[in-house]
Amino acid sequence: MGIEFFILMKSEWALMLIIFILLIIKVNGTYQDNAKLLLFTNILLALNFMLGFVSNQSGMLFNSMFHTNSLIAFEKNILNFATLIISLQAYTWLKNHKHMLEYYMLLLTTLLGMFFMISSGNFLMFYLGLELSAIPLAALVNFDLDKLKSSEAAMKMVLLSAFASGIMLFGISMIYGTTGSLNFAELPALITGSHLQILTLIFIFTGFAFKLSVVPFHLWTADVYEGAPVSITAYLSVVSKAAIVFVLISTLSPLFAGLTTVWYNILFISIILTIIVGNLFAIRQQNIKRFLAFSSIAQVGFILLAISAGTALSNTAAIFFLIVYTLSNLGVFGVIALVSDETGKENIDDYKGFYKTNPALGWVIALSLFSLAGIPPTAGFFGKMFLITAGASKGSYILVGIAALNMVVSLYYYLKIVKTVFIDPNEEPIVPIKTNMYLKLSLGVCMIGIVITGFTSGLYDYIYLLFRL
Amino acid sequence: MNEIGLEHLLIVSTCLFFIGIYGFLTRRNMITMLMSVELILNSVNINFIAFNKYLFPDKLDGVFFTVFIITIAAAEAAVAIAIIINLYRHYKSIDVNDAEKMRF
Repeated sequence: MGIEFFILMKSEWALMLIIFILLIIKVNGTYQDNAKLLLFTNILLALNFMLGFVSNQSGMLFNSMFHTNSLIAFEKNILNFATLIISLQAYTWLKNHKHMLEYYMLLLTTLLGMFFMISSGNFLMFYLGLELSAIPLAALVNFDLDKLKSSEAAMKMVLLSAFASGIMLFGISMIYGTTGSLNFAELPALITGSHLQILTLIFIFTGFAFKLSVVPFHLWTADVYEGAPVSITAYLSVVSKAAIVFVLISTLSPLFAGLTTVWYNILFISIILTIIVGNLFAIRQQNIKRFLAFSSIAQVGFILLAISAGTALSNTAAIFFLIVYTLSNLGVFGVIALVSDETGKENIDDYKGFYKTNPALGWVIALSLFSLAGIPPTAGFFGKMFLITAGASKGSYILVGIAALNMVVSLYYYLKIVKTVFIDPNEEPIVPIKTNMYLKLSLGVCMIGIVITGFTSGLYDYIYLLFRL
Repeated sequence: MNEIGLEHLLIVSTCLFFIGIYGFLTRRNMITMLMSVELILNSVNINFIAFNKYLFPDKLDGVFFTVFIITIAAAEAAVAIAIIINLYRHYKSIDVNDAEKMRF
């Protein structure tokens, strides 16, 4: 224990520090101006993001309960970045909100839970991180206390996530029974493929599938996304999913290396179901948040396609796609959040003629949706291409064929939104909306990111380098 | 065969687990659904303690895990009940079938 203790856990310490600073401000109750405090908080979050770039060492703490390396530090920084963008986009909503500090405290607590989950070296630590990220998130979904839909969504989320973690815990208890260990470093050698261990894998995967909203465990997704405040919807669809995918890549797939065939078969079925169901339901949605919920379900299917291959190259593809997905999804959510806060409109039909009144925001939607659909020269094209190539490396052409066909379907519904925004006439379009500095900054970063990662390969090479270290 | 062995405890915990799942899927009262989740968590606790006592008496991992599960279950129940109360103020009911504002 010494200086190393602080350096290895630096992202956790930084987050805890921010949470406590905000808590002290709240308890003192001396602030009057939300706008100044928001500026202060965003600067803190930006500093936190920059801290993620310096002195990333690898090492273990607490008797191998907590471990970290440069890949994990990079993953944490992706989450930091996404949280910063979401915080910038929430400005319009929080500017006059009386519970603004509670919002940040709960949000950063869930982020802290995700950090512990990603860094966990033991099932106990993993479970604590999972719950630390799940419980405050349910409270955040209910943040619009006087809205009916918000409470209903929170109720569905808290009951189902408790149920899912109960099932996962049953799996963990059977792992303990068959191996006598909970340590991720010792377990792979002890998991040999007895029938009970196969059942264990299914139980644990079920828990993960709930959090990732993999079909057939996706039913909560659309309702929660529709009911939650827009910035929480963005957080759920980007940060919370990315964290679970990171754990899946760095922890779960090495853990069950002895059960590769079973693992691949489970993924095979769930990928096909997830992609098809996500796409087909996305076509018929009227509410734009529900639409994005189903489109994100389909995208998770594509990410799982890469994870099923299980090589360093395919994991690189999955993480690269997650970055692209973060940038594109947050681009759309930024515009939706602004429109929802200013006018209260959330239906796709309301967006008819949006380009006539708000040309710049119209282009943001178009570019982000092009990237989500995978049209070159946006980053989404390379993201999808790497995912499909990674999936093909395993040699299952049925899976890759179905995924490729579904990309055509997804093109249809993404372009339908673009057509609504640009071409469809409307008697009463959404009035011209004034954007603020924070939103402009966040959307600018997203758009530049989408275009630049589409043209250069530096990011992809860097992630691959981290995997080989 | 008067001694209570590992099998007996595992049968109890498995029964509890499936009673919990059955309750969660069939009951329409939110508080009862929450209680069903608690049953699932308790079955996990019994599992951990039983494995710890009969298979690995020299380790304490299972016991520690149980302590944390109990604590987190309490936290989860607190948040869930707060949300249910908030929902009750809107609907004047805690039946999940009444909370049907959102359908696909």
